Amino acid sequence: MHAESLGYIFLNAAVINNFVLALFLGICPLLGVSGRLNTAFSMGLATAFVMLISSTAAWGLNALLTAYDLEFLRLIAYIAVIASAVQLVEMTIKKFSPPLYKALGIFLPLITTNCAILGVALFQTNYEYDFLQSVVYSLGAGAGFILAIVLMAGLRERLELADVPSIARGAAMSLMLAGILSLAFMGFAGLGG
Amino acid sequence: MATNNDSPITMDTFLAGIWRENPVFVMLLGMCPVLAVTNSVSNALAMGLATTFVLLCSSALVAMLRRHIPKEVRIASYIIIIATFVTVVDYVIQAVSLEVYNALGAFIQLIVVNCMILGRAEAFASRNRVGTTLVNSLGMGLGFTLALLCLGSVRELLGAGTLLGFPVFGEAFEPWVIMLLPPGGFFVLGAWLLLFAWVKEMQMKRTAHAGEASAHAR
Repeated sequence: MHAESLGYIFLNAAVINNFVLALFLGICPLLGVSGRLNTAFSMGLATAFVMLISSTAAWGLNALLTAYDLEFLRLIAYIAVIASAVQLVEMTIKKFSPPLYKALGIFLPLITTNCAILGVALFQTNYEYDFLQSVVYSLGAGAGFILAIVLMAGLRERLELADVPSIARGAAMSLMLAGILSLAFMGFAGLGG
Repeated sequence: MATNNDSPITMDTFLAGIWRENPVFVMLLGMCPVLAVTNSVSNALAMGLATTFVLLCSSALVAMLRRHIPKEVRIASYIIIIATFVTVVDYVIQAVSLEVYNALGAFIQLIVVNCMILGRAEAFASRNRVGTTLVNSLGMGLGFTLALLCLGSVRELLGAGTLLGFPVFGEAFEPWVIMLLPPGGFFVLGAWLLLFAWVKEMQMKRTAHAGEASAHAR
């Protein structure tokens, strides 16, 4: 059990060790879904929501597996939980908001293979967070993910008007942008320490 | 199950993964470990080999079971197969070298969500015989390792002035620390992609010129 305050855990996950820009988790959606600002925001929300559900479930599962000495099943159990959480979110969105379901399309099931989500579950296990800390940690990670993907989408929308050399269009440009964003986020290091 | 186009094993089956369909530089798959663990050559090598092993075993098993896995639950089955082998690798690395294990951290377990492995299972292993799949996966794995080494060597060289831990530049070299930090990963990968895009454009221009020249000659 760590003595870190809840506020620090949130801040740490959201900006200081931002999941996307400092820990390199969830790069695929960052490069893939950041073309439009509103799609990026919905994607961020859906991911943050899955993060919250799966991290809560992972906390319970870990307690159960530790109690029965089955830690070697942890990885398999976590991934199964995440896959079912994504399915659950997909069904809920389909039922209550068909337009949003259509807008997210293929990216919704792909949340399963977003490393940021498995990352939250694994890191909170490594840090031995208790229940409340885990929830705050996953909320912070979700907020950090939304922040990164929205910033990225905003930059890319502006860049569409710019005159970029033909070889730099696409992934290379996005990576350079992400590098500059990551450089900016390094300024948060030491915050709240 | 998907159609069974048992293509014969050719050199191309193997080489596709190394150059034409390189998982990192061409298909942009599995980016997270590529950026996260390439701050030194040895880390990059360990990660590349671990991923190659998981890729080989899981795609072989998927190819063996391809007629028995129902189509509706195939993705879940593939993930469980991959997770099993990742658990094996995780414990093996922990037993062999605790140093490497601590350096790679949670990224060994995160091999599970490497989209390249799931992509191979879905796009290739589920449609081909075990032999063909093994050759193709070996190429893909080596291509992935090669890409990791490309990034790792540049970052270690610039960021620490060493290669595999041996100093390369003289005493006077001032390490470019930013290359070891997260932004360096993005910049170096971006630079490699720029380089490849440039090479490709030059090639296209050359073929276009050659085409024009032959048209004139006629």
